[in-house]
Amino acid sequence: MTISIDRQNENNKSLQPNGWLRYFSFSLDHKVIGIQYLVCGFLFYLIGGTLASAIRIELASPMSDFLPRDVYNQFLTLHGTIMIFLWIVPVVNGAFGNYLIPFYVGARDMAFPRLNAVAFWLIPPSGLMLIASYFVEGAAQSGWTAYPPLSITTPQSGQIIWIISVLLLGGSSIFGGINFIATIIKLRRPGLKLMQLPMYCWAMLGTSLLVVLSTPVLAGTLILLSFDIVAHTGFFNPVLGGNVVVYQHLFWFYSHPAVYIMVLPAFGLVSEILPVHSRKPLFGYTTMVFSIMGIVVLGLVVWAHHMFTSGTPPWMRLFFTIATSFIAVPTGIKFFNWVATLWGGKISVNSAMLFSCGFIINFVFGGITGVALAQVPFDIHVHDTYFVVAHFHYIVYGGTVFIIFSSIYHWFPKVTGKMLGEKLGILHFAITFIGFNLCFAPQHWLGLNGMPRRVAEYDPQFEFVNQISSIGALLMAISTIPFLVNIFLSVRNGKDSGDNPWNALTPEWLTSSPPPVENWEGDAPLVEEPYGYGDPFFDENKKI
Amino acid sequence: MLYKNIYLILIISCVFGISFWIGFNVNLLPAEASINAPIYDELFKILFIIGLIIFIGMSIAVIYSLFKFKRKKDEIGDGIALEGNLSLEIIWTLIPSIIVLIIGIYSYNIYDRMGGMKELNHSHEMISSNTEKIWAGISQASNKDIANINLSVEVSAMQFAFLFNYPKGEFVSGELHVPVDQKVSMRMESKDVIHAFWVPEFRIKQDIIPGQPTILNFTPTKVGKYPIICAELCGPYHGGMRASIIVEEESDYKDWFNKNKKTEVNL
Repeated sequence: MTISIDRQNENNKSLQPNGWLRYFSFSLDHKVIGIQYLVCGFLFYLIGGTLASAIRIELASPMSDFLPRDVYNQFLTLHGTIMIFLWIVPVVNGAFGNYLIPFYVGARDMAFPRLNAVAFWLIPPSGLMLIASYFVEGAAQSGWTAYPPLSITTPQSGQIIWIISVLLLGGSSIFGGINFIATIIKLRRPGLKLMQLPMYCWAMLGTSLLVVLSTPVLAGTLILLSFDIVAHTGFFNPVLGGNVVVYQHLFWFYSHPAVYIMVLPAFGLVSEILPVHSRKPLFGYTTMVFSIMGIVVLGLVVWAHHMFTSGTPPWMRLFFTIATSFIAVPTGIKFFNWVATLWGGKISVNSAMLFSCGFIINFVFGGITGVALAQVPFDIHVHDTYFVVAHFHYIVYGGTVFIIFSSIYHWFPKVTGKMLGEKLGILHFAITFIGFNLCFAPQHWLGLNGMPRRVAEYDPQFEFVNQISSIGALLMAISTIPFLVNIFLSVRNGKDSGDNPWNALTPEWLTSSPPPVENWEGDAPLVEEPYGYGDPFFDENKKI
Repeated sequence: MLYKNIYLILIISCVFGISFWIGFNVNLLPAEASINAPIYDELFKILFIIGLIIFIGMSIAVIYSLFKFKRKKDEIGDGIALEGNLSLEIIWTLIPSIIVLIIGIYSYNIYDRMGGMKELNHSHEMISSNTEKIWAGISQASNKDIANINLSVEVSAMQFAFLFNYPKGEFVSGELHVPVDQKVSMRMESKDVIHAFWVPEFRIKQDIIPGQPTILNFTPTKVGKYPIICAELCGPYHGGMRASIIVEEESDYKDWFNKNKKTEVNL
């Protein structure tokens, strides 16, 4: 079966355009689609970042003076939606997944190349539509959570466009998830066992299971919400006897797993990067696999911790507190294992490594505030405050976005055959790390002391700390400049990287860089030990 | 070997020492003005110290590795071929599990002391006595406590204001006045979208939901004026949706109550 699919692809690929034009075509090549996801996601990241800058300018002063109030709410809604659905989810899943998974399983393409291309090409139109809704009657302004009745009573066209756009993006995500599961399970090269796969495959298998299980629930919920808006049904409309808390349950049944859809692939990527640059095997492969699956299972039964103040009954609060707290255990195992991977290595301290280590430090911080937030009595004070804003930015920016940058530094030579500049890379890391922590660390204090989230104005005593936060945001905006300059210089006249600049052992490096259309000139190599680094004469009994 | 262990013990005790010092000396929270607040701050302190120990410990481990195991210029070869260590992995599965379990039990205890668990006793009775369904917030009173409630207020929230109805005096106020050291019970309902009632100095928050009354009980302990903040996005003026709670001595409260009762009794 594998062979027939490959033949079919071969025929199709001969019809595809070559050169840079193929990135604008309905290409079926998983490598082209991966790059399409990445570049498209990055453009949306710049738009989402611009919106974030506008929000931080507004919050540099206590009064609502920079943006009109309804535009401010539209900006925060668009910022959240764009960053989640158009930047992080497509990039950590779609971009790296498409590029790497076929290499890792030893296939020449994904299981369903056409579905793959469709999944990508749903993204640009729905993203543009989402942004265009701003120019119609104003974009959605009820937050990315779109809680009714607010989402029913605010201007309808923006909200409906938001729903259609998120439905399309959810569909894209489901297509991707099905494709990844099929590829990892069915397209493995003969002789390659599941427990020999690189960790990113396991992370993508877990993530795709979450996508396939939970995204349809979000789709159903949003369809019901759209009925409430356009057809005046009463599913969630209390005036017609609907229940607004049911919407929250259904919404978070997807949107909490969405956090794992955003971080699990990052966990996989960092597991690929750390062993290469510290020249050591990944520590505790088996426990890593089990902890990913543990996170998948637990991740599905923790959603109501977003609703501790919604009037949920006490037994429910307790159950979700305990379930949420226990996610810290498999997550903790992974972090201890990564530090153990560094320990005793021969570490190249380069941009990829620095971003990965920055990820570990930021994510540990975000994880600790996460365990605190899981405790009902703790959450009741800080729910819906800047403490929560700070917490989830530590997870999705300090965690996942740091890993996206780390991965770009790591795999750029693979994709282009050129090295990225290390000096600019380290400068990029330094500004991002300082700016990020300056922006979000003070927000914990703001939340504890009485600043709610999603406000355009606040008490004057919070002005100083908000200004520090805005300066941090400015640094984060500036940090993209050395990154873009680096990419530009490298593409124009970067140093040739050779096929395998890091001397890595994972399968994608065992072919030329950039790889040929069919991934390998001959048969795919059988890589039984993707992490077989280390001195073969190492004496286990010798203490380090 | 011996020196190595001594250094390790020294570093660990330093991490613990610094974390405890910061935990006990750095106050990140606003004033305590209700019975809930000191209980909350106790939990916060414990979580803060445990969190600091883990965060400082992990950060030191990462930064130390980057310096200690940095590849020297022109150095070739790999690190040690260590693929795992079962006993270490069991240790760092068990210890976090135990910590999480202890935190869970402890926060249950805190939650119980705040009155969060009492609702189970009588939620059934509530539903049958009123035909409407009432959802409980924290500090829900049990049957026994209902007798001890000294003041009940009906809160209605709307875009973008809170209104406080004092049923005994048959008047409505835009400010919430309550006597100090007395249990207050509020029945809250929203007229339009979801709002939330939050007093940071009391460490309590409860969503106010349309079509679904919620109950919030609290006992203020400190005279003063505190902000009531809407914490759930409710529209363009969400940031401006504020009210004040004024905690005063019983005599002052009675004066205020009687004054309002006289003028607005016909409402």
